[in-house]
Amino acid sequence: MLQEHLSILFESVFSKNLALSFFLGMCTFLALSKNMKTAIGLGMAVVVVQGITVPVNNLIYQLLASFDLEFLGLISYIGTIAAMVQILEMFLDRYVPALYNQLGIFLPLITVNCAILGGSLLMIEQQMTFPQSVTYGVSSGLGWALALCALAGVREKLKYNDIPAGLRGLGITFITVGLMAMAFLAFAGIEI
Amino acid sequence: MASKAKDALFDPVFKRNPIALLVLGICSALAVTTVFDKAVVMAISVTVVTACSSALVSLIRNLIPNSIRIIVEMTVIASMVILVDQLLKAFLPGIADQLSVFVGLIITNCIVMGRAEGFALKNGPWLSFLDGIGNGLGYSVILLFLGAVREIFGSGTLTLPGLGPLTILPLTADGGFYVRNGLMLMPPSAFFLIGLFIWGLRTVYPNQVEKD
Repeated sequence: MLQEHLSILFESVFSKNLALSFFLGMCTFLALSKNMKTAIGLGMAVVVVQGITVPVNNLIYQLLASFDLEFLGLISYIGTIAAMVQILEMFLDRYVPALYNQLGIFLPLITVNCAILGGSLLMIEQQMTFPQSVTYGVSSGLGWALALCALAGVREKLKYNDIPAGLRGLGITFITVGLMAMAFLAFAGIEI
Repeated sequence: MASKAKDALFDPVFKRNPIALLVLGICSALAVTTVFDKAVVMAISVTVVTACSSALVSLIRNLIPNSIRIIVEMTVIASMVILVDQLLKAFLPGIADQLSVFVGLIITNCIVMGRAEGFALKNGPWLSFLDGIGNGLGYSVILLFLGAVREIFGSGTLTLPGLGPLTILPLTADGGFYVRNGLMLMPPSAFFLIGLFIWGLRTVYPNQVEKD
């Protein structure tokens, strides 16, 4: 039981990282990795939202499946995500204003982050049970946040390098992410 | 008028490419390009969804209250994606299976949302439709380029939709001369290729280079 959860944790943080092996959430990943501070804020927001929406979508999927309405899945998941983000925003604003100010504009942006919807869809594809989906939600969010912070660290140093004009900015970022993805490939095949 | 329509259709292909310049919709561009026919199906699906949802959003743009426009756009896009998803499952079950979650992820593909938000809300349905097709084509160019390069160098074949794999570079395993490059089928190669593509594009159009 514990081992099963540990292996989900390891897989989704390292060997099946949402950002580096499924390419999810790339738009935000590339746009908001220019400095460490924003990366950490966004990373935290993703872990929280992912940890809540994946289990909730698991319950919704089971409900829809019991009525044979799976084709309504997509529209319900995206609705759930939008609603959860909105509720979370209101809750944090009311009870944890410090965290709310720290997350700032990232919370609403997360609604359209494909890592969140992708996490839910991958969870459904793997037919997870409710407890498994809780672990999967939190750990896949962690994996994404880890990749984001690592990239932000590299890009902060890249500023001082002399890069060919055409490659500057987006081009070199892609190649950096490619190298990071290669490094993460080394985790493939390790099982707990 | 005619030139405006032409601009809406052709500008996004190279001059304002949604992937290379605006960094939109990259997720799926990387994930589905290991086999050429998967890339073709994905490119067509995204073009159809972008064009139709842009046209629909543009049609109802004067009826949508500003404060809930994102939810309305989301609903229009999600409905289009469900249609495409069901059609693929019905007529191309093999490919739909391989594309797995990525068809569903067209909903959060920023190109679709970005065009609905940035263009369709301000322009008429016909122009929005053309703009949607144009952006879909810009996305398709990169997708097809990646798909072709990755499959030819990764497995030595090119799978055209409906024709099955054609051998381009005969593999040593079958008595040919080419040793396949396994890295091409792995995630990192997609990043390298897209980085190089952007480099090439920005050498041709130097005004796209970013300034720090």
